[in-house]
Amino acid sequence: MNTQSNTYTFLYAAIMVVIVAAVLSFTSLTLKGRQNMNKEIEKKQDILKAVNVASTPDNAVELYDKYIVEAIIVNSEGEVKSNDKAETFKVDLKNENKKDLSERNLPVFIFNDTKVGKKLIIPVRGKGMWGPVWGFISMEPDRKTIFGATFDHQGETPGLGAEISKAEFQKPFTGKQIFDESGVFTSLKLVKGTASNNPHAFDAVSGGTVTSKGLEAMLQDNLSSYEKFLKSSK
Amino acid sequence: MSDKEPLFSAKNRKLLTNPLGSDNPITIQVLGICSALAVTAKLEPAVVMTISVMAVLALANVIVSLLRNTIPSRIRIIVQLVIVAALVILVDQILKAYAYDVSKQLSVFVGLIITNCIIMGRLEAFALGNRPWPAFLDGIGNAAGYGIILVIVAFFRELLGSGTLYGFNVIPQAFYDMGYQNNGLMILPPMALVTVGIIIWVQRSRNKALIES
Repeated sequence: MNTQSNTYTFLYAAIMVVIVAAVLSFTSLTLKGRQNMNKEIEKKQDILKAVNVASTPDNAVELYDKYIVEAIIVNSEGEVKSNDKAETFKVDLKNENKKDLSERNLPVFIFNDTKVGKKLIIPVRGKGMWGPVWGFISMEPDRKTIFGATFDHQGETPGLGAEISKAEFQKPFTGKQIFDESGVFTSLKLVKGTASNNPHAFDAVSGGTVTSKGLEAMLQDNLSSYEKFLKSSK
Repeated sequence: MSDKEPLFSAKNRKLLTNPLGSDNPITIQVLGICSALAVTAKLEPAVVMTISVMAVLALANVIVSLLRNTIPSRIRIIVQLVIVAALVILVDQILKAYAYDVSKQLSVFVGLIITNCIIMGRLEAFALGNRPWPAFLDGIGNAAGYGIILVIVAFFRELLGSGTLYGFNVIPQAFYDMGYQNNGLMILPPMALVTVGIIIWVQRSRNKALIES
């Protein structure tokens, strides 16, 4: 057979593309269920990690059901719109952040444990250098002190921006204040090397400037929409 | 090539060992530099990247080698690209379903694997003209040669840049107390290039045969 002819070349390309497309879509469809389940488990693990509860993929669902006693959706005025736990879990910040502030569904997960006490967990999402970055911030019952934070990313550079998902980066967030002494919302500011004794700032990642700035913007944008909720019902 | 040639004949063994030294894809052929710069700030991603490149390169080499007599030469690059891209997506999808943690680590590398010049280079230079078994060995060998440089570069960058190896602290606190500091420059990509340069220099001064006239 003449493998150089135009007909052969076209046929070859067409058949190859159809076969590859079929194989890929088949794989995608068959694995979708498991992949979504993995994502849900990961989200539950991240929520738990924000309150320093270590979990494995196997026990995450169980621990989540045990510790997250309530989950509510509030609006930017601080009013509760829904208290359906499953519905709150499904809120996708990617879509919410595109809406006007007044229309956003703002999820709050409420953690309760007899030893540690009650904490509020707020999801955040923003832009890193290469793709989205997201995380969960847990707040003390005083609603201005951060109890814990966890961040993750889709494709930040390993060793640079990707360091935001490491414990060394996340630990110093504990005890930070997002309101200043007079009660004005300040979020947390990005500084270089001097954040350890400043409760309103966090340290940048060396070599990860764009990611760090994205994180700063993410905290500012997301936490500010909760300002009225956090100030109300003390 | 006769059918009775043993699986690991001298010639086949060379396919595995040459890329480690005198025919190294990074230091001699200077391919795959882009990913070598991107993933060598830490040892762990360097190792993960090596394993993924090895899997993709070996499989792609075998597939292209099996199809070598049917591929129309005018669209061979496109065919190779489709095979590599499909393999990478397939591997990524399976990992996402069955080994979610690994797939999260791979996230950024998936795109990098497709663009890795070593893969296209080996498909074009070797798999198109050889049988599947030697092509498989060639894939493993070149990925290993690529990996060894990645690991060496990552070793020095992580040690000098972060004071850790594979995430564990190896530089005792006493050193820091005496005024030692991690060199932040090592974490940045330019130092990866310098490190690769030093490796090339060391290799060529030890083996004069590699120096071009």
